[in-house]
Amino acid sequence: MSFDILVVICVVYVLLLFGVAFWADKQAERGKAGWLRSPVVYTLSLSVYCTAWTFYGAVGYAARSGLEFVAIYLGPTLVMVGWWVILRRLVRIGRSQRITSIADLISSRYGKSNALGVLVTCLAVIGTTPYVALQLQSVTLSLDAFSQSGSASDPQSLRSTALLIAAGLALFTIIFGTRNLDANERHHGVVTAIAVEAVVKLAALMAVGMFVVFVVSGGVGPTLHAIDASPISSWNTGADRWATLIFLSAAAFICLPRMFQVMVVENSDERHLATASWAFPLYLLLISLFVVPIAVVGLSVSPEGSNPDLFVQTVPLAFDRNALAMLAFLGGFSSATSMVIVAAIAVSTMVSNHVVMPIWLNLREGRAALSGDVRKVVILSRRLSIAGILLFGYLYFVLSGGGAALAAIGLVSFTGVAQVLPALLGAIFWRGATRTGAAAGISVGFAVWVWTSFLPSFGEGGILTPEILAHGPFGIALLRPHALFGIEGLDPLVHSVFWSMILNAGSFLAFSILSSQTPLERLQGARFVNIFRYSGGGRGWSGGVVEAEDLLMMSQRLLGATDAQALFRAEAQRQNKSGSLPDVTPAFVERLERELSGSVGAATAHAMIAQITGGVSVSVEDMMRVADEAQQILEYSSQLESKSRELENTAGQLREANEKLVALSFQKDSFLSQVSHELRTPMTSIRSFSEILMDGESMTAGERQKFSQIINGEAVRMTRLLDDLLDLSVLESGQVVLNRQDGTLDAVLDRAFVATGQLGAEATMAVDRNGIDEKVPLRTDCDRLAQVFINLISNAGQYCDAPEPRLKVHVHEVDGRHVVDFIDNGSGIPEESQAEMFEKFTRADDHRAGGGAGLGLAICREVMKRLGGEVDYVAGLGGAAFRVTLPDAESAVAGRAS
Amino acid sequence: MTETRVLLIEDEPNIIEAIRFILSREGWRVDTSPDGKNALEAVRSRSPDLVILDVMLPNRSGYDILSDMRADEATRDIPVMMLTARGQKKDKELAERLGVNKFMTKPFSNAEMLASARELVR
Repeated sequence: MSFDILVVICVVYVLLLFGVAFWADKQAERGKAGWLRSPVVYTLSLSVYCTAWTFYGAVGYAARSGLEFVAIYLGPTLVMVGWWVILRRLVRIGRSQRITSIADLISSRYGKSNALGVLVTCLAVIGTTPYVALQLQSVTLSLDAFSQSGSASDPQSLRSTALLIAAGLALFTIIFGTRNLDANERHHGVVTAIAVEAVVKLAALMAVGMFVVFVVSGGVGPTLHAIDASPISSWNTGADRWATLIFLSAAAFICLPRMFQVMVVENSDERHLATASWAFPLYLLLISLFVVPIAVVGLSVSPEGSNPDLFVQTVPLAFDRNALAMLAFLGGFSSATSMVIVAAIAVSTMVSNHVVMPIWLNLREGRAALSGDVRKVVILSRRLSIAGILLFGYLYFVLSGGGAALAAIGLVSFTGVAQVLPALLGAIFWRGATRTGAAAGISVGFAVWVWTSFLPSFGEGGILTPEILAHGPFGIALLRPHALFGIEGLDPLVHSVFWSMILNAGSFLAFSILSSQTPLERLQGARFVNIFRYSGGGRGWSGGVVEAEDLLMMSQRLLGATDAQALFRAEAQRQNKSGSLPDVTPAFVERLERELSGSVGAATAHAMIAQITGGVSVSVEDMMRVADEAQQILEYSSQLESKSRELENTAGQLREANEKLVALSFQKDSFLSQVSHELRTPMTSIRSFSEILMDGESMTAGERQKFSQIINGEAVRMTRLLDDLLDLSVLESGQVVLNRQDGTLDAVLDRAFVATGQLGAEATMAVDRNGIDEKVPLRTDCDRLAQVFINLISNAGQYCDAPEPRLKVHVHEVDGRHVVDFIDNGSGIPEESQAEMFEKFTRADDHRAGGGAGLGLAICREVMKRLGGEVDYVAGLGGAAFRVTLPDAESAVAGRAS
Repeated sequence: MTETRVLLIEDEPNIIEAIRFILSREGWRVDTSPDGKNALEAVRSRSPDLVILDVMLPNRSGYDILSDMRADEATRDIPVMMLTARGQKKDKELAERLGVNKFMTKPFSNAEMLASARELVR
């Protein structure tokens, strides 16, 4: 068969897969993903575990080492059968935390540490590269075997074939792996294509197996005889190697990026695990059933020195069964392509999310990051990562010379990714596990693996010289790659797994115990470890009794009326319903959630829909996710943060200004209402009594006299109030004209006492003065100063409640300035009133006995302010005590200037 | 028919004088309480036919007194005329919510006040 025909068949096969993937994607978009998400598809997709290594390599492995290959299947079988322990937990966490990759899980659990994410990503890239190389190698070799019928072609043409395959796979993966950016990173198209490939590879291997057993050997009995007779049955594997292999394959099954992708990320229903727990081991059993017969027959019919890795294909060819060989080839091709596609998707997600995006966002800091912009960058970075991974694989293939046995490369890869296991198990079972511990464990394990397994895998003279392999670096025997710390005689694989895992787990435990957790780590730790306490069932939306109208109302709030209505109308049309309200099917609810998550974030959309559908209550974890979303937004947009801080400041200032305005307006309002009140009170007496007088009814002359006096007194009171108001308004507006003149304090005080009538026979209280102290020269507006004194003296006259009222006027110096204290012997002013006493319309006891409107002290304060002095209340000097601080010469000058 | 008794709760002496004069001419007896603090006690002890109540009183507002009166079985049904120098709409609304029978702003017309008082004691 010519190489060209083979290429054509490959291309047709790939186009078929394209078709399947495309169709599945379309179905999913239309909300008809129902059976695409069945447990069968899920189980088949798990078969990415069975790569070309399984397909070709297992037979080669059996031909070289007997039944040892079975261990590679036993590990995953144990994990699947015990799915309740680890897998269920992983899937639940993956779903509830919207985990996108194993790196994401580790980073998320350990306090969203991106450093850890980067570390796991590096591990994944390095661990995946040899594996990709292995797939390229097996496809290349099988193509070659087919076209050349056994005789190896030159390395140059092998390389170009591998390059072509790598490019083709990159293209396929890019097209279907990065078509959309779902919040949950599911790829219906790819998963369906993988399931188809799973069927093809199983069918191919079983077909070859049947052919070998029933056609070549002539039945089951003869086959068993042949097996007994072959050297395969006599190979014995040590218990240490068995245990190591089972452990290693189990660890890899959990930790391999591609396994995590299909098992956790692409999982759409937790219950699928229950089906897969028996169906997948069954798949493994079927695919391994004919390995030994094919190996035995292959060994017996093939020429000496032929590659046992290719027996699956070369045995049918040897019997000229071209169609069967073709099927076998397609099976191998399927195994290789499915692994490469899923691994590339998984690893590119990690590289893009943990390496490219953080760097890009850092570089972009300071510039607006539009969401559309980010989308493009994410997709571009995924595409480049996919291309990069395949390029790495190709380079490894070229570098390693393509010679090493397939199984050996696979085990190197397994050991590498297994280094994540301690941190992963710690993440989901041990709340005390810390970021430092995880980083230490993974780093140490990674280093030991590179030294004892990865570097030696390039072969003697590859990267490590035979010198180093035999005697250690710089002759340090303790560091020999295959005999670390002087422990010799171990199988290299057992040695590498033993040391890397022991040191990894040891560092993880030790550093976790020694270091402390950040609050976020503690929170995440609790959520991961107690996942079943926090989350409800891992199911999709169960269509409860939800009113489409409620959903529409909520959607309108989030998407805007036009968009939301269009969405609902389109759905109604799709359901062939008239009107604009569709039936609330689970598929529709799910689509709606997707739609909404575009505008409010996935977790918020989920929580909001949950609230409306009612059947599912909003759990703590849902709310935490909402909080998470907000947190992530904060994490990634420091610029927005500072903008919002700015806005907050501005808003704060506005609020303050507004409060001031409101207060001012309130003050004005209350001032006006006070004035109104103060005017209405005397007005009431005036009106009432004038009406009484006008009635002309009988009243005594004394009454008539008294009523006239009241009217007169109230009119005077009103006039005084108006005068005070005008005075205060002039003083407050600052338009007062001061008439400065020379004078002496005693003269001003004399005038004030005369004006208040507190001199001589009319005086109602005794006054203490010391004439000598009062000889203080003044240069100020003496009339205004006298006004202040008059107010204070008449206040004392009105409010002093002592039986023998007495007012002491005491002039002295305080801090170099002259002060005049007016101290009466009354009960003073209650402490709670002292603060507001100088405000307008406040009276000592809210009693109108004095007849004033409560403006006196407010006027005093304003006057003293204008004069450059002060008036204060001084507590603790006996009765009510007011202190007037006289303006000094300088402030008088300043006062004039203003 | 017994003598009509009015309790005037007001702190402004001149207004007390005026109202006392006007109502005395009707042959009514006018008692006064110039302080908000003791006003409620005065209403209870005298149980007058009419309470004339100022709003801005020392120590306690007329609104509080009215509200307490309406909450008390003994004073609930006594008609209350409110007089205030604060004639804003919200003051009147508040008084009405609290159960005032007549709300008048100062200054008032003697005739009008008297007519309302007669109405209330009838």
